[in-house]
Amino acid sequence: MTSVTGGSGDRSSTANRQLVDIDKRVTTAGVLDSGFRGLTLILALAGGACLAWIIVQAAIAAWPAMQLFGFGFIFNTTWSPVTGIYGALPQIYGTLVTSFVALVIAIPVGIGTAIFLTEDFVPSYIRSPIGFAIELIVAIPSVVLGLWGIFVLVPMIRPFFQFLHSTLGWIPIFGGDAPRGNNLLLVGLVLSVMISPIIISITKSTFESIPPELRQGSLALGATRWETILRVLIPAGLSGIVSSVMLAMGRALGETMVAAMLVGNANRISASILQPGSTITSLIASQFGEAGRTQVSALMYAGVVLMVLALVVNIFAEMIIRRFQNVE
Amino acid sequence: MTSIQDQAGATTPSGMPDLTSSSVSGNRNRVGTILTIVSGVFVAFIIIPLLLVLWDVGGRGLPLLFNTDLYTELPPPPGLEDGGFGHAIIGSLMTLGIAAAISFPVGVLAAVYLAEFGRGTRIAYLVKFSANVLTGVPAILIGLFAYTIVVRPLGSFSAFSGGVALGVLMLPIVIRSTEEALLLVPNEMRQAATGIGATRFQTITRIIIPAAMSAIVTGLILSLARAAGEAAPLLFTAFNNSFWNTDPMRPIATLPVLIYFFSIIPYKPQQDLAWAAAVVLLIIVLTASLLARFFSRAKKF
Amino acid sequence: MQTQVDNQTQTETKRVFKLDNVNVYYGPHLALRDVNMDIMEHEVTSFIGPSGCGKSTLLRCFNRLNDLITGARVEGNVTYHGANLYGEKVDPVVVRRKIGMVFQKPNPFPKSIYENIAFGVRVNGMKVNMDEVVEQSLRGAALWDEVKDKLKDSGLSLSGGQQQRLCIARAIAVQPEVILMDEPCSALDPISTLRIEELIKELKQKYTIVIVTHNMQQASRVADVTAFFNAEAVEKGRRVGYLVEYGPTEMIFNTPREQYTLDYVSGRFG
Repeated sequence: MTSVTGGSGDRSSTANRQLVDIDKRVTTAGVLDSGFRGLTLILALAGGACLAWIIVQAAIAAWPAMQLFGFGFIFNTTWSPVTGIYGALPQIYGTLVTSFVALVIAIPVGIGTAIFLTEDFVPSYIRSPIGFAIELIVAIPSVVLGLWGIFVLVPMIRPFFQFLHSTLGWIPIFGGDAPRGNNLLLVGLVLSVMISPIIISITKSTFESIPPELRQGSLALGATRWETILRVLIPAGLSGIVSSVMLAMGRALGETMVAAMLVGNANRISASILQPGSTITSLIASQFGEAGRTQVSALMYAGVVLMVLALVVNIFAEMIIRRFQNVE
Repeated sequence: MTSIQDQAGATTPSGMPDLTSSSVSGNRNRVGTILTIVSGVFVAFIIIPLLLVLWDVGGRGLPLLFNTDLYTELPPPPGLEDGGFGHAIIGSLMTLGIAAAISFPVGVLAAVYLAEFGRGTRIAYLVKFSANVLTGVPAILIGLFAYTIVVRPLGSFSAFSGGVALGVLMLPIVIRSTEEALLLVPNEMRQAATGIGATRFQTITRIIIPAAMSAIVTGLILSLARAAGEAAPLLFTAFNNSFWNTDPMRPIATLPVLIYFFSIIPYKPQQDLAWAAAVVLLIIVLTASLLARFFSRAKKF
Repeated sequence: MQTQVDNQTQTETKRVFKLDNVNVYYGPHLALRDVNMDIMEHEVTSFIGPSGCGKSTLLRCFNRLNDLITGARVEGNVTYHGANLYGEKVDPVVVRRKIGMVFQKPNPFPKSIYENIAFGVRVNGMKVNMDEVVEQSLRGAALWDEVKDKLKDSGLSLSGGQQQRLCIARAIAVQPEVILMDEPCSALDPISTLRIEELIKELKQKYTIVIVTHNMQQASRVADVTAFFNAEAVEKGRRVGYLVEYGPTEMIFNTPREQYTLDYVSGRFG
């Protein structure tokens, strides 16, 4: 940095250098440029490494419990801080059941609504506020939904649960004791409202990206609008729909506050979705605060199980999306 | 084969072809009408809960907002009336501030790399992949992560650890929205700037980022609004505090955690505070969504 | 096919479509005005003219595909064998089953070749031997020999020209009476174009064909009747299309009545 032209000065005469100088130089601007580039690269790598770090930390914290309980943790139904024996099967069960219930509702609702919003069944001045309202649902904090669930939804929906129980109680999934408010079905219902917008928005943009020629081609063959939707558009957009369902499932598996506030936190496995239960997230939320050392590790182990579920689902979704984009 | 021929050649007595709905196509149309109605019902299934939530939370919470004690007082001890959640407002602002201080610079600069320097590279692909998967990691696990890297080593729940948790939660959202904003800037602008002899640094800081500013800010606001409503990552980091606190190294109350704790105890004044806090959170996220919608409509290249 | 032919001989007239004072609007704007013409059976009618003159718009009136565009409206009379195509009780789905269409860009469904053909047959509830229909349709579209060993492959794996012939096969599988073609060769190379043109000449034995084309040579090669459309500017740069004249292709290309037509077909058109 002795001169502006740096080391290149020796090779050219002074006169030439004043006229044209396009040699590579070490300048303040150049240093700033490569420094800036380096900085952004490091931060990008840091952002990318976060995920790995989170996984590693969870594994380290869960390690003592993993050694202690092994895979038996996943199949054991006891959760006893007193005896120091931990198994998370009821929570894994509750997580899967609530997510499953949510998906059973959210898949048809989400796809149906996405169709409703892309087809011109109603004029756009009605469609566009509905679309905005659906974006808002995603924005509502889940703890607010939990609060609303406790004080408004439970009293409102209890007669419906009792009706289900009394008319369909002979089917095991609606059987068991007379339903109180909090149960697996309730959580599944609230989750379905929370995750439908995910399915709607991705499915909708998938439909919008399907070339209009396909739709016209189908209609020109004498297919009705719904035949076109069901037999051409949905198959053509299947990869987008599947990945939206995966992302929605990931959200349902990991949702904490709604589960913690509405599931009833009962450590048991019941065939009936009208009975209280617990989820991995509700277990962690309700016990972590006052847990002892082994218990913290056991909760971390439960967290690792949840992490594996969520990662599988999300990575799968991400890969479908990538493949889909590459095809286009 | 005859049946088709009949159908294809069907004519009315006057010799004209019959173009009205036949029994077959009539059924197909009826199926269509039914499906249309069903999808309308699905829309209602999703919209009605939203309206109910807005109605109930607004109805119970809004009247409470006019009491100024809400913003300046502590919650009452069990059994007493009135009080407020001033300490939780400060706590939410502090944790969000710390989260923003972490995630905004890291996220925006990481996005600059993805959009400007690393476009199409393997590194960029992996970073994006990992950021997208991180978006799907349950918030409570991010809370546990912050617990293991901050709370455990420091030996105490703290506002700072809560900020770290929210920051990690916001990071992938910031990266993604900023990258999208930068990619919206047309390439002609980059070429024009480079063409007049600007360096990459100058091009990015003086041309590209200003051009994308409104979209970037929209993304940042949305990420903050999202984090403002999160309770799960704060449960084991910021934890809770019944008293005033401004020390980032000590536990602190926040609005979402306050809602959680006050919704599961049987005291009416506390429950009222939970509703009031819920309406505050709703106003924040609704305003942010409206702003974002307004901005994203206002400017297009 | 026997019944169909009988019907036609009985009704004496060979007129398939008749247009009376047809105007097409997109929202408040007139896009095409005052078209009067007849389309005759087993003939190839071509629509030519500069872009924006409403050729494709008019073509889409014949199978009511304009219905899909919100705000599109057709005034005047379009009759199909004497029946009003826009009558109150007319079901567009039934219309499109009888009047097939091939589009500008080949648009096979992302399904197998077999399923592409079977689709229309299935949705229309036709009870037939599907394998037979697939083979006949592919033969009809001169594609059978090229694809008979890979019917399970995706329709998208074919070349552009093959895709377009697949689309033609798909259209004839539902046994329409008319095939509308909207610039079917504009996305294809010259050799594929030639094959489609040969195919069109064969298809007119069985079907009535209306084809929109940008390519005047193509019109002169395949069409029996040619209609020339033009557009005129109205206020604020909007253009309205209209039919200048139509007649035997020979006449339109050699001795047209209108100066505009002569200018266009001889390439002197601004």
